[in-house]
Amino acid sequence: MKRSLITLLATTAIMAGAALPALAATDAQHPKHVDWAFDGPLGRVDQQSAQRGLQVYKEVCAACHGLKRIAFRNLTAIGFSEAEAKEIAKGYTVTDGPNDDGEMFTRPGILSDRFVPPFANEKAARAANGGAYPPDLSLMIKARPNGANYVYSLLTGYDEPVHEGIVAGPGQYTNPYFPGGILAMAPPLASGVVTYQDGTEATVAQMSHDVVTFLQWAAEPEMEQRKQMGIKVMVFLAIMTVFFYFAKKSIWSRLHFIKPQGQNKH
Amino acid sequence: MAKTSKSKALVPVTPAKSGLSKKVSDAAEWFDYRLPLISAAKHTAYEYPTPRNLNYWWNFGSLALICLIVQIVTGITLAMHYTAHTHLAFDSVEHIMRDVNYGWLIRYSHAVGASMFFIVVFIHMFRGLYYGSYKSPREVLWWLGVVILILMMATAFMGYVLPWGQMSFWGATVITNLFSAFPLIGESIVTWLWGGFSVDNPTLNRFFALHYLLPFVIVGVVALHVVALHQHGSNNPLGIDAKGPQDNIPFHPYYTVKDFLGFSVFFIVFAFFVFFAPNYLGHPDNYIEANPMVTPAHIVPEWYFLPFYAILRAVPDKLLGVLAMFGSLLILFVLPWLDFSKVRAATFRPLFKIAFWVFAVNCLILGYAGGQSADWGVIIAFVAERAVDAEGNALPGTAWLLTIPAGGLAAWLPDISVARITAFYYFFHFLVLLPLISRREVPLPLPVSIAESVTAKETSSHSHA
Repeated sequence: MKRSLITLLATTAIMAGAALPALAATDAQHPKHVDWAFDGPLGRVDQQSAQRGLQVYKEVCAACHGLKRIAFRNLTAIGFSEAEAKEIAKGYTVTDGPNDDGEMFTRPGILSDRFVPPFANEKAARAANGGAYPPDLSLMIKARPNGANYVYSLLTGYDEPVHEGIVAGPGQYTNPYFPGGILAMAPPLASGVVTYQDGTEATVAQMSHDVVTFLQWAAEPEMEQRKQMGIKVMVFLAIMTVFFYFAKKSIWSRLHFIKPQGQNKH
Repeated sequence: MAKTSKSKALVPVTPAKSGLSKKVSDAAEWFDYRLPLISAAKHTAYEYPTPRNLNYWWNFGSLALICLIVQIVTGITLAMHYTAHTHLAFDSVEHIMRDVNYGWLIRYSHAVGASMFFIVVFIHMFRGLYYGSYKSPREVLWWLGVVILILMMATAFMGYVLPWGQMSFWGATVITNLFSAFPLIGESIVTWLWGGFSVDNPTLNRFFALHYLLPFVIVGVVALHVVALHQHGSNNPLGIDAKGPQDNIPFHPYYTVKDFLGFSVFFIVFAFFVFFAPNYLGHPDNYIEANPMVTPAHIVPEWYFLPFYAILRAVPDKLLGVLAMFGSLLILFVLPWLDFSKVRAATFRPLFKIAFWVFAVNCLILGYAGGQSADWGVIIAFVAERAVDAEGNALPGTAWLLTIPAGGLAAWLPDISVARITAFYYFFHFLVLLPLISRREVPLPLPVSIAESVTAKETSSHSHA
């Protein structure tokens, strides 16, 4: 019976392996592997890093990229106090209305508002970016294969060589981690482009690391809660499995006393 | 209490002497006398005589039922928060993920649950294939199972469209377009399916309506599946009929406890994906909102469709490809007559056993081939049609398509032939190998009875200990 259980688990594992969505290789270079605090079943969000990442987003990325799914109230989840989150919200001008006169008006942001996109619509974004559309970053880490490593590699990979024959046109840049090797986004980060309040040195690698940590949280704000609940559920299921294993063994042991030949005579 | 004496005259039960349990059992008896639900349940899941030698592969039937229940419960809950509109669907899913209490848990359970359901059902079917569970007198039972599979595929396909991500939209476009392959009426069928001239809001709305309806149709067919099962009882690893009471044991407690052990192990796998790798089985592109103007680099269906997708793409002709894909499912209906050997279990069929395992591996390779971008030719032709406007200028976001070097296509050719070989073998197995083996194979001698075989096994294992 043990053998059949093992065969069963092995088969399930093989099927799950075959179930791999077989993401086809693109011409892009395989992303660098970074050890993230949020990796693994016990992964946590490094709140200091995420807060620095928010600063990078606000001061650099936000010029072109929106973050429309994140509300200012959400920021308390990466260690900001409510007062600090309110302060961050106030820094944004939100269009509200219509008021009693039927007019739209602007006001400072409040906790229930979400990050205000940099452009009114896709056309405006394309017009300002030479025809390219900078995507919203709320889900970016989940919307790319191996998302965290990919975004990190992209941000730090501008000075790495691309395949021969890939030549950037005007307003274009090369990056070996971007599918196709050519993109419209200029290298966004340069050493010292941000001054961290906590004194951390703002290297390109450090800023990339921080902003990816922030965006990972933005894409999966439930991650810590999910993994912690997962551990508890696993422990519960393990106990349940042991319980039913012995229950099954004990109940089935009654069958040894049933003599089939004896029953035949009845 | 005087009032109750009046009704007592109408109720043919013995008056309760004492104790609450007596009252409960009296009430149950009263009810069952009028609508025999309790005795039906008792017969189905309690007394039901089950072969005593079932192995763990027989757990997958009850696991499939659990999966269906999980999908319906999580699905109804999701429907309370989801909005079926092209402008709002993607946002409403993110609302579920971020703002609804434990919305992420419900949605991930539903998404992972779909994959788990298919893994379980595929294993359940391969178990049936191995032990000949489709053979007389269980052909209708097998048919109902195939119907359930087809309904599941339709339901899963439409469910995948609902989040309205890029893969949702383009998957829906590719799959519904398949019907255009049919001559004369094809285009009309596609327009009718779409409710318009492209995949759009009417399509999303009807897919939502049908995605809500079909699971309950599945429940109905499952009920018939169970009735058909109980008509002649479960098959068993020996594939021989039970010859008397000594071959069977009551379902409860023996198989209820064994099923619960199965549930426990199964939910460990399920929970692993939900809590630690919820997006592993999905595609990252579906976290990009649907955009009819931008085609994803690779349009791939969910993993459980990949073998069928591979068959579709393996055939160079569109109509024949579509027919082959549907044929790969429909052929299962005639399986009981393609394999006409009287012996059920592969255990006693040396040639069939080899053919079974080759077929199983072939299915895995088919799935692999379906996930590869081997179909550059097909996809590029499909996309190129839509990537240019009327004047032949590239639409935004599709310019890169025109930069793909032709040499890159050639590099994929070996993969195409893998898909073709495996797709061919899929049909070869059913149409040629099985009838041939059924005719020529000399089966091993069958055991006399289930009970005898079980006792022999127990005696030998005791002597080892």
